Amino acid sequence: MYDVIIIGAGVSGCAVARELSRFNLKTMVLEKASDVCEGTSKANSGIVHAGYDAEPGSLKAKLNVLGSRKMAALSKELDFSYKQNGSIVLCFDEKDRFRLEELKARGEENGVEGLRIIERDELLAKEPHAGDEAVAALYAPTGGIVCPFGLTIALAENAFVNGVEFKFGQMVVDIQKQETGYLIKTDKETLEAKVVVNAAGVYADQIHNMVSENKMEITPRKGEYLLYDKNIGNMASHTLFQLPTALGKGILVTPTVHGNLLTGPTASDIPDKDGKETSREGLGQVTQKAALSVKGIPGRQVITSFAGLRAHITKFERGGEGAKLSDDFVIEEVKDAAGFIDVAGMESPGLSCAPATGEYVAGLIKEMLHPQEKQEFISTRKGIINMFLATEEERHAKIKENPAYGNVICRCEMVTEGEILEAIHRPLGATTTDGIKRRTRAGMGRCQSGFCNPRVVDILSRELKIDESEVKKSGEDAWYLLPLEEKEM
Amino acid sequence: MKTDLIIIGGGPAGMAAALAAYEKGIRDLLILERDKELGGILNQCIHNGFGLHTFKEELTGPEYAVRYMDMVEERKIPSLLNTMVVDVQGGTPCVVTAMNREKGMFKIEAKAVVLAMGCRERSRGAMNIPGTRPAGVYSAGTAQRYVNIEGRMPGREVVVLGSGDIGLIMARRMTLQGAKVKLVAEIMPYSGGLKRNIVQCLDDFGIPLKLNHTVTQIHGKERVEGVTVSKVDEKLNPIPGTEEFVKCDTLLLSCGLIPENELSQGAGAQMDDTTAGPVVNAKLETTVKGIFACGNVLHVHDLVDNVSIEAEKAGEFAADYILNGEEDWGEAVRPKIPEKSKCTLPEGRDAGSQIICIGCPVGCLITVNKKEDGTLEITGNTCKKGEAYARNEVTAPVRAVTSLIRVKGGSGRVVPVKTAGEIPKGKIRQCLEEIGAVVANAPVKTGDVLIQNVAGTSVSVVATGNIPVGNIPAV
Repeated sequence: MYDVIIIGAGVSGCAVARELSRFNLKTMVLEKASDVCEGTSKANSGIVHAGYDAEPGSLKAKLNVLGSRKMAALSKELDFSYKQNGSIVLCFDEKDRFRLEELKARGEENGVEGLRIIERDELLAKEPHAGDEAVAALYAPTGGIVCPFGLTIALAENAFVNGVEFKFGQMVVDIQKQETGYLIKTDKETLEAKVVVNAAGVYADQIHNMVSENKMEITPRKGEYLLYDKNIGNMASHTLFQLPTALGKGILVTPTVHGNLLTGPTASDIPDKDGKETSREGLGQVTQKAALSVKGIPGRQVITSFAGLRAHITKFERGGEGAKLSDDFVIEEVKDAAGFIDVAGMESPGLSCAPATGEYVAGLIKEMLHPQEKQEFISTRKGIINMFLATEEERHAKIKENPAYGNVICRCEMVTEGEILEAIHRPLGATTTDGIKRRTRAGMGRCQSGFCNPRVVDILSRELKIDESEVKKSGEDAWYLLPLEEKEM
Repeated sequence: MKTDLIIIGGGPAGMAAALAAYEKGIRDLLILERDKELGGILNQCIHNGFGLHTFKEELTGPEYAVRYMDMVEERKIPSLLNTMVVDVQGGTPCVVTAMNREKGMFKIEAKAVVLAMGCRERSRGAMNIPGTRPAGVYSAGTAQRYVNIEGRMPGREVVVLGSGDIGLIMARRMTLQGAKVKLVAEIMPYSGGLKRNIVQCLDDFGIPLKLNHTVTQIHGKERVEGVTVSKVDEKLNPIPGTEEFVKCDTLLLSCGLIPENELSQGAGAQMDDTTAGPVVNAKLETTVKGIFACGNVLHVHDLVDNVSIEAEKAGEFAADYILNGEEDWGEAVRPKIPEKSKCTLPEGRDAGSQIICIGCPVGCLITVNKKEDGTLEITGNTCKKGEAYARNEVTAPVRAVTSLIRVKGGSGRVVPVKTAGEIPKGKIRQCLEEIGAVVANAPVKTGDVLIQNVAGTSVSVVATGNIPVGNIPAV
């Protein structure tokens, strides 16, 4: 019997796991994919929102401001990439200026610090490529950018090191209430837990509906993005949002923590919870709208495009007083299922909130289980060395320690064999090329793994002692090569 | 560490530059190569068609590479393999920073540097093809490496996007290894490949070439499950209503090459938007003092022979610079970019009776009709040679075959091979079966006869690459 089983190894689930690992609790994270960070957490804007957007008094507002304040310290504690680059909301029409003021007032009510309206000349000083139509902007110095994989993996590794178990490749198919706790049936086994945390992203409705009569419906809201070469990563230094206009919600242009330029997302509600395909129309829309914020982004510098799904709650019959559907997160003990905690509707700003979400949920569980704090909790975690960014001395030392750090595998991002070996052999190590990519950036550069793919497949096959045909991109069916027997060569 | 000349890249450009500098009297020089052997991309281009200008004979890629490797070895020109250059700075001296397992990170000072890093392929992302992001989307060169170097198959059912030579060659290569190539889609109204490749890589195997078509969607959650192919209008925009779903598990992309100039840019070299390579003067010197450039890093070449010629010049100029000191830089001279071959074909061409003549670059479309009396009526040719070619193609066509033979106990799983001469087209299948049945014992050397009298044609099958003894088990 587990004390807590967390369903879903996205950023919210991993944040909860890490906070719970401070206590003497037997905790497990169950994930249907083959790695952490395989759903919404891997395909989003990578933004740490300042917190002016959310409705005052909402959980979104509270956790966002808190999460954003915690992010810098957490990034040092757990060694992931984060940068407080400041964000800017662009206003393109004098008639809309009052909306900037509204936003500023809302932000201040939420407790966001340093908000300021800036005029076009100051905007241009901050962002020389800002669009011609931008007349004024809201400047939020506390806005930031984060590596969403880096954050999620760091949380997961730290939780794991502190005793949380992780099970991958297991999908929850049924949950039954027991006298104490719950029986969780996966496609492979049955597990028992006193407390269940539902952090299943776009599938959180299905998990919720297994235990509650108050049905929930989550409609994935798809967002398409374009990622640009590092060559033009300096075309924006802040995260540039657009004030929503009559034409709809704007899209953002932002540098990433790794120095690329990112534009997106679109927003379209789709029925398919796996519908992560990009479309010509969507990508066209992103290009067109991004040009409003930053002019002259060269189309030929696109290195990849992707789509992510935000878990947007479209129906939730809470019953009783909470019946009205709000736009807020649902983070609470389910009314008709004691000991079952939803962490649902974790759309934007879910990533920014993660550090606060973890603490908030751990707080709920503390009330239920009254656990003891661990003496031996390890609060810090050291990430994989980045040979590209390392100093000359650090590089020398690393190569001396293991010559594999001198062998460059991914030429675009300059990732060495040593880093890839680390990614495979560290706690909760990578087992797929996507896992390697998210831990080391091998394959994330401008050639998009054209050069390093055969080399990474070879290393994974060697280190995991499996045939190359068993090396996958991500899931079971994501094979690269046919078995040798099938095709006589 | 100090030397006179550093050549970055040990492919055809780097080797030719090194040899030319050596001939000019430079003895203190060094080739830096990131792969485990010299030869560059030639090592995986196991088809033939190389060297007609340089060696006056038709060689496969590995054979062309081996000729240069032998010359480099004879002159004892040193090279560092498995070594990645991470930074280049010009001046007196130039400073090259590189990394490898043995030496870690190290700097070398040189009087001059020749950039010969080659080019890379445009990726799916750069083309912005919409859809999901499953495994099974490869650039043609990545697939070529898997098949020809590693002896592994990257898929069963294939769609190729782009009809440049690499795309055409890979369509045949995958077919010869047992895959089903569904079609080759080309967004332009013409193929960018050589006519010979359209004939011998597509027509010979009944692979359709769809001009004015492109891939507009990639399907499949984890592995490619199919692609949508659409017709495009004159502005290259997909025409709604023309979408066709093609089931496949693999999409190969052959959509252009980009000079690989990260190092050139890092050195501060001025770039030319037209060539995507560095700006150079008449002596192939970049705008950075002491740094020269040649080969595909300068601009994408059509033939390796032309890469060799250009690289020799760069090697000589670099040697002059080292021996005689610098001169006035002069003015920028854009290298002559080869005109892109444009092979247009009538829609719905019947490859059985409408033959593209491959005798010369004109590429006449010759129609052959069999008359009632059994004689052939040949029209469309503009010279006698064309008539003879068409007659031969219809009555007794011949082909050279290039493929792979399995190796036991070698450092690689397969060795590239070719038929020593042309064999009747009708014997290709039997030839491949015999090639598939053979396992060679390492070491295998270029020129080794691995099959005699293949398919009863009295032609032998010979190795076109070297596989030393190693510990990779046979397939």
